[in-house]
Amino acid sequence: MQTDSSWVPILPEQASTLAWHVDALYVYLILISVAFTIPIVVAVFAFAIKYREREKFANGAEIHGSMVLEAGWSFLPFVISMTIFLGGAIVYYNQVTPPDDAMQVYVVGKQWMWKVQHETGQREINELHVPVGRRVKLTMTTEDVLHDFSVPAFRTKADVVPGRYTYLWFEPTKPGKYHLFCAEYCGLNHSGMGGYVYVMEQRDFDNWLAGSVSGQTPIEQGRDLFENKLGCASCHAGGPAQRGAKLENIYGKDIKLVGGQAVTVNDEYIRNSILNPGAQIVEGFQPIMPTFKGQVTEEQLLALVAYIKSLSGVTTPATGGTTTTTGTTNGNTGQTNSIGTQGSNPNAPSSNTANTQPNR
Amino acid sequence: MQTQDGIIAEQSGIPKQNYLTNGTTLKSWLLTKDHKRIAIMYLITVSLFFMAGGIYASAIRLELLTPPSDLLESGTYNKVFTQHGILMIFFFLIPSIPAVLGNFLLPIMIGAKDLALPRINLLSLYIYWIGGALTVWALLQGGVDTGWTFYTPYSTTFSNTYVMAVGLGIFINGFSSILTGLNFIVTVHTMRAPGMTWFRLPLFVWAQYATSLVMILGTPVIAITILLLAIERFAQVGIFDPSIGGDPILFQHLFWFYSHPAVYIMILPGMGVISELISNFSRKKIFGYEFIAFSSIAIAVFGFLVWGHHMFVSGQSIYAGLVFSFLTMVVAVPSAIKMFNWTATMYKGSILFETPMLYAIGFLGLFLIGGLTGLFLGSMGLVVHLTDTYFVVAHFHYVMVGGQVIAYLGGIHYWWPKMTGRMYSEFWGKISAMLVFIGFNLTFFPQFILGYLGMPRRYASYPEEMQVLNIFSTAGASVLGVGLIMPVVYLTQSLIAGKPAGDNPWMFPGLEWRTSSPPPTENFEVTPVVTWEAYEFSDENGLDIDEARRRQAVTTV
Repeated sequence: MQTDSSWVPILPEQASTLAWHVDALYVYLILISVAFTIPIVVAVFAFAIKYREREKFANGAEIHGSMVLEAGWSFLPFVISMTIFLGGAIVYYNQVTPPDDAMQVYVVGKQWMWKVQHETGQREINELHVPVGRRVKLTMTTEDVLHDFSVPAFRTKADVVPGRYTYLWFEPTKPGKYHLFCAEYCGLNHSGMGGYVYVMEQRDFDNWLAGSVSGQTPIEQGRDLFENKLGCASCHAGGPAQRGAKLENIYGKDIKLVGGQAVTVNDEYIRNSILNPGAQIVEGFQPIMPTFKGQVTEEQLLALVAYIKSLSGVTTPATGGTTTTTGTTNGNTGQTNSIGTQGSNPNAPSSNTANTQPNR
Repeated sequence: MQTQDGIIAEQSGIPKQNYLTNGTTLKSWLLTKDHKRIAIMYLITVSLFFMAGGIYASAIRLELLTPPSDLLESGTYNKVFTQHGILMIFFFLIPSIPAVLGNFLLPIMIGAKDLALPRINLLSLYIYWIGGALTVWALLQGGVDTGWTFYTPYSTTFSNTYVMAVGLGIFINGFSSILTGLNFIVTVHTMRAPGMTWFRLPLFVWAQYATSLVMILGTPVIAITILLLAIERFAQVGIFDPSIGGDPILFQHLFWFYSHPAVYIMILPGMGVISELISNFSRKKIFGYEFIAFSSIAIAVFGFLVWGHHMFVSGQSIYAGLVFSFLTMVVAVPSAIKMFNWTATMYKGSILFETPMLYAIGFLGLFLIGGLTGLFLGSMGLVVHLTDTYFVVAHFHYVMVGGQVIAYLGGIHYWWPKMTGRMYSEFWGKISAMLVFIGFNLTFFPQFILGYLGMPRRYASYPEEMQVLNIFSTAGASVLGVGLIMPVVYLTQSLIAGKPAGDNPWMFPGLEWRTSSPPPTENFEVTPVVTWEAYEFSDENGLDIDEARRRQAVTTV
C-alpha cells in the first residue's frame, strides 16, 4: 500500500489503526464491482457483435423473460449488498465510537482556521501534534458555519456543527506529516482552511509539549471562568447551602428534571445548561439562572465543560510516557513509547517528502 | 434525389400541415396548447441552460488544471461551482427528459391527442421561464456562493450573495415540475387509446409515471424548505440557525428529503429512454417488461426513504445511519434488475448500430460504474472517508451525466426524425457519441482516485501531488466538450439539409412511429386502436415489413 514513489498516487498513506479496515472494505467493493462489470460488459459486446442485424428489418428472437433469471438476479445483488452493508456497519461502529482512555483534544473551527487546544494547555492553529500509538479523541465545535475535520491518512472525518459537540477519534500508527482538510464547504477561503497533522514519537511529542508555551490548561481556564470571570461559583459552589444545582460527581449520570424526565449529563447537556438554562431544569430547582449566551466563546465553553467534568473526576492527561497514570494500559502504546525512534524531526517528518523527495 | 424524396413523401403520406407548419407566427407558438410545440420550446430553453452550465464547468476544470487558485480567485470559484450545480440540476437535468421528450412523446405513445391539461402544460413552461429568468438575473447581479445545497447557517447568516433571489427562482421553478408531473399522471390514467392497457404502455411511459409521482410528492418539500429559509433570513425566526435557537441539521434533513428523490427525478426518465432504445434497436421485445416497469416504481418509493445517506458524518445518530445505509443497499436491487434485463434483451436480438444505440450501450457501461460506486457511498465504513471528496463528485457525475445526459442525448437522436421529419448525419452522430463516451470517462474516472486520496470537493486549490490526475480530468473535459458541441452543429444542419426521415425509418412498432414525421397537431388522423403488445416485433404488430423492405431497396439504389 506504499505510494511514496509511484508517479500517480492511488491510495493515501495508511497512518491510523482503522485505515486498513477502510482500505479492506474499499478493495472488497472494487472486487465486487469488477465481478459485476466484466460479465456485463463482455455480454453486451458479445451480443452486440454476434447478434448484429444480418438482414434489413429482421426481427430478434421471441423471448419475453424468465422468472428464474429474474429471481436469481434480484436475490444475488440483495445478498451481496447485505454483505457490504454489514461490513460497512462494523467498520463505521469502530470509527464513531471513541475509546474511553483516549487523549482529549479540543477543536474549534471558525472561518477559516482550526483552533486546537491540548488538555495540557498548548494551543495550535491549523496544526495538530499527536503522539504515535496513543488514541486521540477530538471534541469539536464551531464558532460560525459548518466545517469538517478531515484527515485522509487516518480515513476519518466528522462535520463540526454550530451549537453541538461532535467527536472524532483515531490512533496514529506512523510518524509523519498528514494533510488536514476542511471538507464541508464553509465559504470564501474553504480550500485554504487546513494544514497538517503531525504524528510524532512519544519522546518527540513530550519535547514538543515542553517546548511550546502552555499557558493555562483547559481545566484551569475553566476554573478561572467558573470562580472569577463568570461568577458561576456564587451559586454552584459552597456546599449544602448553595442555591444552584450540585456539579460534583454528576458527569455521566442520569439526573431527574422538573417534569419527571431524566437526562444523562454529558458535554452537550452542560453546554446547553450554560447557554439555555431554562430548558432542562434539575428537579428541585427554580428557573432563576440567567443565560450566558453571548458572554462566552466556544473555546471558553469547552474549558467550562472540561472543568465541570473534572469535578466528577473525568480527566485524560495528554502526556504519555512519563505521566500516563490514569490506567491507560494499552500494550501497543507502551511498547511504542519505550522503543522510540531517533531522528524523527517533528517539524518535517512527512514520510512522503522525507523518504523519496528530500528536495521538494 | 428527387425520386427518392418523392418516394418517401408517398410512403409517409406527409399531410399538408404538421405541428410545425400549423401556424407560423410568434403568437402561435407562445400561446400554443400543443404539447409538441411546448416540448420544442422547452428543448431550446433547456439547451441554453445546459450550455451556460457547461461554460461554468469549463471554468472549473481550467482552474483545477493547476494546484493553486490562480485562474479564478476562490470567491469567484465558489460562485462558479455553485452556479454550475444550480443551473445543471434545477434548470437542465430535472426538466430535460420529462419536459422535452416526455412532453413530446407521452401523449403520442399512448395514442392521445394531447396531454390531459394542455393549458396547465403551457403554464408550467411559463413558470419555468419565470423561475429561470429570475435565477439568471440573480446570477448576473453577482451570483450566489453557497453551493447548490444551500447548507445553513452559511446560506442564512454568513453569505452576502443573492441567496434569496436564487432561492425564489428555484421555488418558482418547482411549481413547473409539480404541474408537469400532475399532468402526466392524469394523462396516463385518462387518455390512453382503446386497447392501450397499462401493460402495453411503453416503458418510457412507466418511467415518466414513476418520475411524476416523485415530482408531485417531493417538490413541495423543497418549496417549504426555501420558505423556511426566507422566514429565518427576513424575520429572524430561529429555524436552522443555532444562534437564534434553530438546528442546522434540520435543514439538511429537509433539503435531502427532496434532493435525494430529485436524483431519481433525473435518472428514472433516462432509464425509460434506455428501455426504448435497447429493445427497439435490438428489434426484440424487452426482457422482463413487468420487472422493469415495477422496478421504476420501487425506485421511486425507496428513493424517499434514503435521504439520510447524505448525512453520515453530519452528526446523525448511528442507528439512523444504520437504517439509511440498509435502505440504500436495498435500492441497489431494482437498479441491478434493470441492468440485467437490458443486457438480456440484446441476447438473440437483431441489433442495429445507429447513433441512439451507441448512446444506449454507453449508458449501460457508465450507469454500471455510477451505480456500483453508489454502493461504496452507501457503505457506512467507507463513506466516512469518501464523503465530501471527489469520489462523490465522480459518482454523481457518472449517474447524472453518464446516465441521464447520455440517455437524453440518445433520446434526442432517436426521436429527432420524428420531431423534425429530418435525418441527421449518422457519421457525425457516431463520432460524437464516441467522443462523449471517451471524454466523459477521462474526465471523471480520475476523480474517483482523487477522492480516495482525500481531495475535498469545492476546493479552488489542492495539494501538488494531486495535479497529474487533475490534468487528466481537464483534458477529458475538453474532449467531452467537443463531443457535446458537435450535435448542436449537425442537428441544426439537419433541419436545413437533412434527408427526410419518413414516418418510420427503422420500422419500429411503437405508436409514435405510426404517425407522420413530424406529426400533425392532433398527433393521429384517426384515433389508433392498439392490438399489439409493447415492443411487438412479431408479424402481429400490423407493420408491413415486406413493403418497407421493398421501398428500402428502391431508396438505396
